Amino acid sequence: MSLAKITQVTGRAVHVPGNDIDTDRIIPARFMKCVSFDGLGQYLFYDVRHTPDDKLTGHPIDKPGHKGATIMLSGANFGCGSSREHAPQAIHKAGFRAIIAENFAEIFFGNSTTLGIPCVNAKHEDIARVAAAIEANPQLEVTVDVERLEVRFGDQKIPVTMRESAREGLVAGRWDAIGELLEAREATAALAAKFPHMAAS
Amino acid sequence: MPKTLFQKVWEAHAVRKLSSGHTQLLVDTHLLHEVTSPQAFGMLRDLNLKVAMPHRTFATVDHIIPTNPGACEPFADPLAQAMMDAIRKNCQDNGIVFFDRATGKQGVIHIIAPEQGITQPGMTIACGDSHTSTHGAFGAISFGIGTTQIRDILATQTMAISPLKVRRVEVNGKLGRGVYAKDVILHIIRTLGVNGGTGYAYEFAGEVLDNMSMEERMTVCNMSIEGGARVGYVNPDETTFAYLKDRPYAPKGAAWDEAVARWKACASDPGCAYDDVVKIDAADIAPTVTWGINPAEGISINENIPDPATAATAEEKAEIEEALAYMKFTPGAPIKGTKIDVAFLGSCTNGRLTDFQEVARHIKGKKVAPGIRALAVPGSQGVAAICRELGLDQVFKDAGFEWRDAGCSMCLAMNPDKLVGDQVSASSSNRNFKGRQGSPTGRTILMSPLMVAAAAIAGHVADAREVFPEANN
Ligand code: SF4
Repeated sequence: MSLAKITQVTGRAVHVPGNDIDTDRIIPARFMKCVSFDGLGQYLFYDVRHTPDDKLTGHPIDKPGHKGATIMLSGANFGCGSSREHAPQAIHKAGFRAIIAENFAEIFFGNSTTLGIPCVNAKHEDIARVAAAIEANPQLEVTVDVERLEVRFGDQKIPVTMRESAREGLVAGRWDAIGELLEAREATAALAAKFPHMAAS
Repeated sequence: MPKTLFQKVWEAHAVRKLSSGHTQLLVDTHLLHEVTSPQAFGMLRDLNLKVAMPHRTFATVDHIIPTNPGACEPFADPLAQAMMDAIRKNCQDNGIVFFDRATGKQGVIHIIAPEQGITQPGMTIACGDSHTSTHGAFGAISFGIGTTQIRDILATQTMAISPLKVRRVEVNGKLGRGVYAKDVILHIIRTLGVNGGTGYAYEFAGEVLDNMSMEERMTVCNMSIEGGARVGYVNPDETTFAYLKDRPYAPKGAAWDEAVARWKACASDPGCAYDDVVKIDAADIAPTVTWGINPAEGISINENIPDPATAATAEEKAEIEEALAYMKFTPGAPIKGTKIDVAFLGSCTNGRLTDFQEVARHIKGKKVAPGIRALAVPGSQGVAAICRELGLDQVFKDAGFEWRDAGCSMCLAMNPDKLVGDQVSASSSNRNFKGRQGSPTGRTILMSPLMVAAAAIAGHVADAREVFPEANN
């Protein structure tokens, strides 16, 4: 199975400020009652985007200038909370293809990488610079360069970091492991034979 | 060279190194529940792949199950029913053991796998659920995974993953009266932070862990993930073996002796090197409750709610302000006395037999305060059955608790058990995130089961040692 090489993501960006944005906030649990991921995008950040009587609260991703943004900016510890892949899936289905944050929760990071969403770390003040630039001009084109580990916007750029194994996987088109995993069927069966499986008695 | 349990189990299960630098790791046991698995089966069908090792895969239904006694299908919520139908069909089509309600063995996956003896030392275990760390209590390397990884394991019984560093978290000394496993882990998370464990497996050890029952060890390992550690484990010992003996899926006869020898050998070697060691004194641990919106925002029952004015940094100040604005608590006020609306006893953290036994022995003859909704939700049908046998269900009912059927219930509120409006819940579960218990403005205070019972009876957050002065533990 061959996958696209993800070397950079270019598009408009939106800043979703705050630290510790957890998976419950990204996709409230009640929307996880689905047997397929299609359609999750509309529920992204639902409870912060809507008042209890279902009016829009003016969340950044609903601001007209940011509609269609493909890059998300946020704070520290993004994606903390449960292991639900519904969170990166909702982000992906809502059209986002890269996330810039101070740092990411472990499981969220892994889940996002497997979907081909690069999650890059940037310094607090650098994120603030990008945020200020897109605030001033929501149409500004932003590029998350996974290969060179930088984010370019207008005539400015900031350095970013990313775990090397994830970066390599994205750039080489190996961000989804299944192709390679399937190749080792025999070795797996041989190793599994050493660990007798269980039966009830 | 002496090695940690983590290293030994990892090396034994490594199939090979992948080009990405990840390890292709064999997963001995794959656990499934209805919420995160149907999409993975869908992906498998899209790729035209089969389940590689169905006999290493076990499933149940827990998150969406209504817990009102005797709830029958079709469920009132059609989406819940769709999930139920999907997992039942996926298991049937693929020859996977499914602990459906009719088996009498259904319950929260992290409760039933140990109960059935499926969780064993030295195993690698994966499940599409972050609290899979629970199984580490047996000296297994167990971790929560995403749906794509569920797909990978279904298709290949392996997954691509990188090894973790190992931090030994040693809790030395003796716990004080009224201090439980839940307080130990809340204290650890409070000390090391919600991200403190990122990149680490936690090896929980020390006299306190040595003396714990398996249920208590599961409570500690369960919340590893709340401290950022994807894996938490305790080295297997005689307590572990005694728990497993004669369980349905545990080895029997000669195979048992062989297994015990194998299990003993997988424990961390004396003198092995850790990437980090943290020592905690049991005497510093008090009954702990959370005041904020993440599990590290905890204080001892006799402390005051933090005041942003005294925060050390601007960042900390903002965090406290955000938490207090959501919780609607007064800065600097005692947490003790905070009015509650709901008391929730259950979840994969504290929904085990010993949790109900411990609470039952204290609440006999006492009554839940007027106006408080108190729920007792056994973590599994097995737990419920023993409670019934012992008459514990009646003790809870007499005290004014609703005695419910097994499931996740108000831990996550994917079923009909939900907070309403900004109700405050005293909860034995593991997460106090905004909106976690089913109302976008609902408020959760995490605590031990006995503290939940104390809050239910007092009508407000209370010190269990005062509400149950006769408690002798
Ligand atoms: S009891 Fe709560 S934490 Fe445990 S598996 Fe269920 S929803 Fe998740």
